[in-house]
Amino acid sequence: MIESLLLHLDSLLLYVFGAGALVSAVLMLVLRQPMRVALALISAMVFLGGIYGLLGVHFIAAFQVLIYVGAVMVFMVYVIMLLDPRDPSCSQRFSPLVVPAVLVFLLFLGALGYVVWQGFPALAEAPHGSVYELQRFAASFLTEYWLHFELTSVLLVVAVVAAIAVIGVNRGKT
Amino acid sequence: MSDAQLLLTLAVALFALGLLGVIVRRHVLIMLMCMELMMNGVNLSLVTFAHQQGSAVGTVLVFLIFVVAAAEIAIAIPIVLLLVRRKRTVDLYAYTDLKG
Repeated sequence: MIESLLLHLDSLLLYVFGAGALVSAVLMLVLRQPMRVALALISAMVFLGGIYGLLGVHFIAAFQVLIYVGAVMVFMVYVIMLLDPRDPSCSQRFSPLVVPAVLVFLLFLGALGYVVWQGFPALAEAPHGSVYELQRFAASFLTEYWLHFELTSVLLVVAVVAAIAVIGVNRGKT
Repeated sequence: MSDAQLLLTLAVALFALGLLGVIVRRHVLIMLMCMELMMNGVNLSLVTFAHQQGSAVGTVLVFLIFVVAAAEIAIAIPIVLLLVRRKRTVDLYAYTDLKG
């Protein structure tokens, strides 16, 4: 019993993490307080990090936790604390578009789910194992995709300049 | 159903739930967080495809998406703070005068 459980531990954990991510995503839609929504999103991201780890992409899992949970969500939580939590203007949770939005959601989910269920015949199951060595990833990153790497650094510089400009425009007015 | 199909279904569900959240929620920050959820769904699908094909392309793209997400948040949060300072509310329906 325990041996068979250990044998299928990977797929069991995959189901557990997937269900956890899905439940957290649904909680994000129904919770009222922004801080609780942020915590639900953090748990969804941690579950996804667990899935990446199970798939063997350990460095993506590490960066998922470091960048998304560690940087982006801490920033978000900081801003939520900065804003007034007693703001009464957001007492209404949902916009008037709920019914058409749910219809579009179901249509979208049905269409994409149908495509996924059809399967991908072109994608044969690749041999598992050490396809995700960090060495190979880093080498292809800096030889084959160096242009994208440089463009991303340009994007980061532009983002920093734009953030400073946004704050500067406001400071000039007040 | 294979593991890859399961993961792709999860990715589709996360993306669709994020899209639903962006449309139905009124709080600006919660909408931003739902956009992050959509991006996470896309990342999961990319990792799944890379896992199936055994190539490094998907993981490189995921890495670049991390950077883009960080840049997006760095721009979006100051804009939200400016809007909140101007209108004194986080309710998106107070900003309808931004329509052309």
